[in-house]
Amino acid sequence: MTENEVVSLAELMIVAASEAWRDNGELLASGIGVIPRIGASLAKLTHSPELLMTDSEAFLVSEPVPLGARGDYKPRYEGYMSFERVFECVWGGKRHAMIGPTQIDRWGQTNLSSVGPYDKPKSAILGVRGLPGNSINHINSMIVPNHGPRVFVAGEVDMVSGVGYKPERWAPGMKQDYVDLRLVVTDLCVLDFGGPDHAVRVKSLHPGVSFEQVQAATGFPLLQAPDIGETPLPTAAQLAVIRRMDPHNLRATQLKNNPPAVKAAA
Amino acid sequence: MALNKEMSAAAAVAQLRDGMTIGIGGWGPRRKPMALVREILRSNLKDLTVVSYGGPDVGMLCAAGKVRKLVYAFVTMDAIPLEPWFRKSREGGAIEVMELDEGMFEWGLRAAGMRMSFLPTRCGLATDVLARNPSLKTIESPYADGEVYIAMPALKLDAALLHVNEADRLGNTLVRGADTFFDHLFARAADACYVSTEVLRERFELDADTAKQNPFERYLVKGVVHAPLGAHPTYLGPDYGWDMDHLKRYNASATEENGWQKYVEEFVTPGESEYLAKIGGAERAAKLKQPVF
Repeated sequence: MTENEVVSLAELMIVAASEAWRDNGELLASGIGVIPRIGASLAKLTHSPELLMTDSEAFLVSEPVPLGARGDYKPRYEGYMSFERVFECVWGGKRHAMIGPTQIDRWGQTNLSSVGPYDKPKSAILGVRGLPGNSINHINSMIVPNHGPRVFVAGEVDMVSGVGYKPERWAPGMKQDYVDLRLVVTDLCVLDFGGPDHAVRVKSLHPGVSFEQVQAATGFPLLQAPDIGETPLPTAAQLAVIRRMDPHNLRATQLKNNPPAVKAAA
Repeated sequence: MALNKEMSAAAAVAQLRDGMTIGIGGWGPRRKPMALVREILRSNLKDLTVVSYGGPDVGMLCAAGKVRKLVYAFVTMDAIPLEPWFRKSREGGAIEVMELDEGMFEWGLRAAGMRMSFLPTRCGLATDVLARNPSLKTIESPYADGEVYIAMPALKLDAALLHVNEADRLGNTLVRGADTFFDHLFARAADACYVSTEVLRERFELDADTAKQNPFERYLVKGVVHAPLGAHPTYLGPDYGWDMDHLKRYNASATEENGWQKYVEEFVTPGESEYLAKIGGAERAAKLKQPVF
């Protein structure tokens, strides 16, 4: 990295996302969307080579596949992972997925289905997809490119698609043991569920962001992790991997106006 | 045994009845039996319950007012994430829905194929999938663990519609895509399965490796429809890619005045051979790129 090269916030978020997969052991890393996928790729290529990854279609690859048109690049297949096998992997718990839900609440519950009244939603989104099964079976993290109260809602999410830690949702006999929510990487900070009764905490703040600013953009009260710090900037080595994994710079389109990781001094 | 199950798309659709539960194979914008869907659009069929890992198949049937109830986990065209006509129907409260986790959906098809009334699963517990589907019941393990599961009811289909790369007149099929999705389960869950195919053979004579591309047994297949480019505008690995220009054209129909009417008049009403000519036929299909993820 040269002195005047501007590191983007998306790149900082990619590095933060990659941390979610550290020390997970041998499991399937599913980063859904540009930032999570580059994050998972970075994890596998740096601190966690034991991770399994797919070509985002049907094959396991020994080396993460760069995003978008790949020219002469030949994926290095090491196995097969059809959707049917992904489901089997989910139910066996050997996966850590990171996705971007439309809404998240204080209990870690997520919504990808619809916003507004269920019978006549203001906005129909995708549907619950695999969130109910993912969230109750294996490790999950989240990405939020637009940290605000419309995402981090004050009450419960409008349609609980992914489970969380709200006790009232769990009737006796329902097995909550496999619910394991890890990180929420946003454009302002990194959150986790490490507070009392899994309360949401700010784990690190991105450069130039204050806790008060994050709290103001969140619909529920936040705690500060005791070791709260600043989200680290990418190293030169990490940036090199990121560029290799994202040759078409799709990461530049993930945040509005592609802001820098460190705001220029006014 | 029927020695020749070949029939026209119209003949296959003529087997369907108002109010039936129809399963549609493929996944999102991938390997959808669109020629059969277009034939339904041309028919008078109505009040259907559609069971699908949804893409433009669901959207078009919603746009045409064919859907009374939708059983789904998602509806998307991937590159165009929000399926426009599904959204309109859903937001307008025009369709009844049974929204399920992707795995519950699979479990429901499996239960039907195994002639079980339900299969237990953890997926869906503690979510609004359970709360929003009052017909879903839970069940307690009869063993010492006493764990509570959702008893995912069988998703029994009156008919399943699938698209394959190759079939013979007996109803043997080959699927060559990297992923065969859950089509085999749709076939097993249905009373009658109609398969459209790119290539139709008299009788298969296969080597062992090719025979492994056979996803389910021919006794499940009631009709075989020869429909080249029958998955268009969705993609059919490895034969052709998705037609993004066409998907965008279809997507725009949701925001144009009388958009759906115009789309139908241009692409559906004239019939399948006109459709193929309009989309540029095999020559253009050969140029459609496989999506790169």
